Amino acid sequence: MASCLIVDDSKVVRMVARRILEDLNFDILEAEDGQGALDICLKGMPDVILLDWNMPVMNGLDFLKQLRLSDGGGEPVVVFCTTENDMAHIREAISAGANEYIMKPFDRAIIEAKFSQVGVL
Amino acid sequence: MNSQDFQLLSTLVRERSGLVLTEDKVYLLESRLVPLARRRGLNTLEDLAGELRRTNDEKLKEDITEAMTTNETFFFRDNKPFDIFKENILPHLLKARAGQKTIRIWNAACSTGQEPYSLAMLLKEESAKLTGWRVEIMATDISNEVLEKAKAGLYSQFEVQRGLPIQLLIKYFQQMGEMWQIDSSIRAMVKFEKLNLLDNLSRVGGFDVIFCRNVLIYFDNPTKAKVLNQMRNILAKDGALFLGGAETVLGICDDLKPISGLKGVYTPAENGILAAS
Ligand SMILES: C[S@@+](CC[C@H](N)C(=O)[O-])C[C@H]1O[C@@H](n2cnc3c(N)ncnc32)[C@H](O)[C@@H]1O
Repeated sequence: MASCLIVDDSKVVRMVARRILEDLNFDILEAEDGQGALDICLKGMPDVILLDWNMPVMNGLDFLKQLRLSDGGGEPVVVFCTTENDMAHIREAISAGANEYIMKPFDRAIIEAKFSQVGVL
Repeated sequence: MNSQDFQLLSTLVRERSGLVLTEDKVYLLESRLVPLARRRGLNTLEDLAGELRRTNDEKLKEDITEAMTTNETFFFRDNKPFDIFKENILPHLLKARAGQKTIRIWNAACSTGQEPYSLAMLLKEESAKLTGWRVEIMATDISNEVLEKAKAGLYSQFEVQRGLPIQLLIKYFQQMGEMWQIDSSIRAMVKFEKLNLLDNLSRVGGFDVIFCRNVLIYFDNPTKAKVLNQMRNILAKDGALFLGGAETVLGICDDLKPISGLKGVYTPAENGILAAS
């Protein structure tokens, strides 16, 4: 079973995402900020990371940059999932190494579509 | 709603668009036509049917027919047909049409434009192979409303997230407030026109590729056969017809053959498009 790390400071968002992704047969890990996510990744890289942008302690973009620099950190497929919905943010995320980008609000159809595009479904 | 009114409305829609409405679809008539009735100051479907009997108004008939169409679509729907187009059909045409350097594509039942624009973006991405070529994409639908939207090329945040890879959004879209608009360079590649598939199709000319997906499912078999036979007549002998995931020619039009290994793609000649490769 593929694993997916959900990184979001909102408990509600994590719960909604977890429900959808468990349904799609992912093993779920959760973190509430970038630092927590990094700690998890350094212990073992997940297959996919669903990543919020604005979070306390370490935001999603900083996390992504650090991830891509770490050992094996090029492996996980990273899908941003954020309320930042302008072209500037999208470009920045993609050039920092994100594979896909979801603009909130999201639903099951969008998650499924995006995950199948990056080949994890 | 009484059965006479149901007959009146469902017959109208069937004759005009091919859409088959059985009695269990009364809810569909209600949900689609009550708003239309209200816009005309009528309260119920009974009133609407009465108005239709009394006036026999052409515009009203057109509006009713349009309102009953299902326009669900999204970018790169099902992915696979677009992969097949890119990896199998296009390379064949690049060889077979090297003389005239022209490829004609028809997207029948294009709805709000996501399908023809997916093809246009795909071709744009392949443009290195297409220098000096003329590629025409004609996109048609029965509904004025979807064609207007398609021409504008304006999509909601939800629509641009269904099927469209983020790289293509970055490359070919501009943000316009809450909406996203596809570039004029892509829009210019597609010619939108109103066309009813039940009409005589010979006037649209010959095509190398036809995408006709997720519309035949609404028709009965004789209507499917009529449309498919006409398409066959205007499709190049080595051309490719793409149907939707739940559609087939089998048992309906023997003059079109499935291409082995390419699911959902059909060709007129016995050893059509891929016999060469
Ligand atoms: C479900 S959409 C399919 C859109 C697109 N081909 C796809 O697969 O995503 C069906 C479209 O067929 C159009 N349609 C229905 N009856 C038609 C007819 N008789 N002639 C032309 N278009 C028709 C509808 O207006 C609607 O936009």
